[in-house]
Amino acid sequence: MRYTAEEIMEVYRMLSEEQLDIRSVTLSVNTLFAIAGNLEATLKRLESLGGTLERFVKAVDEVSGKYGIRIVTKRVAVSPIQFFLESLSEEDGLEIAEFLDGLAQEYKIDYVSGYSAFADRGFTNGALRVIKTFADALNSTRRLTVMINAASTVAGLNFEAIKLYVDEVFRMPPTSSSRATIMANVPPDSPFVPSAHHGLGMPEATINVAVSGPGVIESAIKRSKPKTLRELHDVIKRAAFKVTRLGELIGRKVAERMGIDFTTVDLSLAPSPAVGDSVAGIIEAMGISRMGGHGSLAALAVLMDAVKKGGAMATSAVGGLSGAFIPVSEDSVMAERALEGYVDFYTLIALSAVCNTGVDMVAVSKSQGKEKVVGLIADVLALGITLNKTLGVRVIPVDSPPGSYVDLGGLLGRVVVMKLKDVDVSGFVSLAGYVPSTLKRLELG
Amino acid sequence: MIVVVGADKPGIVAGIASKLAENNANIIDISQTVVRGIFAMVMVVDISQCKVSLAELRRQLQEKGKELGVEVQAYHEEVFRYMERV
Repeated sequence: MRYTAEEIMEVYRMLSEEQLDIRSVTLSVNTLFAIAGNLEATLKRLESLGGTLERFVKAVDEVSGKYGIRIVTKRVAVSPIQFFLESLSEEDGLEIAEFLDGLAQEYKIDYVSGYSAFADRGFTNGALRVIKTFADALNSTRRLTVMINAASTVAGLNFEAIKLYVDEVFRMPPTSSSRATIMANVPPDSPFVPSAHHGLGMPEATINVAVSGPGVIESAIKRSKPKTLRELHDVIKRAAFKVTRLGELIGRKVAERMGIDFTTVDLSLAPSPAVGDSVAGIIEAMGISRMGGHGSLAALAVLMDAVKKGGAMATSAVGGLSGAFIPVSEDSVMAERALEGYVDFYTLIALSAVCNTGVDMVAVSKSQGKEKVVGLIADVLALGITLNKTLGVRVIPVDSPPGSYVDLGGLLGRVVVMKLKDVDVSGFVSLAGYVPSTLKRLELG
Repeated sequence: MIVVVGADKPGIVAGIASKLAENNANIIDISQTVVRGIFAMVMVVDISQCKVSLAELRRQLQEKGKELGVEVQAYHEEVFRYMERV
């Protein structure tokens, strides 16, 4: 036999017992061809996407069936809606939102991502129209997602965009606000929602793949019981290699069937609320008995470095966010530790320095006001432009008090309402304008 | 590549093999191993002349597995080539 029984059983165990799967195959497709100056003509042109989506769904289902690999979601990333709304109205934006959502529903695409805008330093008319309409766009759809890039190393950090963003998310129910994010340095090829959009510089259509796999890493650590940090690093690196290879295989095969480019695998370890599929669980397997305890950041840094080194070997092209996700609700152990008080906002902000999520899937109580949320987002985005990395914030304003939780079900899990510090920050967050780009900018020339 | 996991008892190999034969899938290699005290059988099967797709073959084998009280998984060889070879 070309493979030993141990090798075969290892793959079997990863796929059947350790929750290894493909989190998403994301078709990233150019839709700018549909810009037509009026709504009717735009929608008419967008209709041609249907054929592409049909081929995509068929290709993903065939590949999943042939290889016996679970592909949890199919997603489509479209060109940022901002470009459409430069010459169309806010009402037109909402019509396009519903049209895209309808297409996704018709073809059984889990998410269509790209009701997005770039406002790192200021607003074009199109960006402003996106920001002013995204709450209504999400409230009237189920599969559409929103990303506002409000900061970049090159352009700075736009406080005005944060304020407008917070105004919008405060008028959205959790089912909508969980589909929106505000980011720094968003990459053009993310397979994850809500950050996914068909970025500038991409070919007409590409496939980007997101893998799962926290359970594989956690089990590998528990089985090998490493005695030194180098052994620990090596165990993670080897497991990450295998996880990423699966993404490479599936991405290549789906792209081949569609006759388009396979662009990237996102190395990110994406948790899910399922037991044994938790990034916090990995940190605890490394010997931090409760995620959030001192040493958690160092442990996450070791994990991240090993994942990147193993993953880089496994794929011909790395893309997307490629870090570790530490969403609170989508990770059952994180949610538990947040409820217990071991993980608070400053823990998440500190961890953001070595991973790529920022503050993700955390609820805030509306009773604590908008200003503190603006301050929280500014903290994370400032970290993004200072460290020159991708970070984002996905907050879910709710009526419930801090310390409680809201169950969104499915992949989204239990959203914990975390307490914001009871400190008045209105003087700082009411300052107008944008933060100029940092010295990091000058390193780029 | 077919993996069968479950309690060892008579008839498992025969049950799976007959289902493969029905579909014209040819067993190339077969080995047995024990994982955490549980019987596991690994088969390498040539499906180039198989009457049905791998997805359908997997469905039929899993149905048979249920009758036999074992778990059956079927993966394409490329999965192992990608994950177990640099």
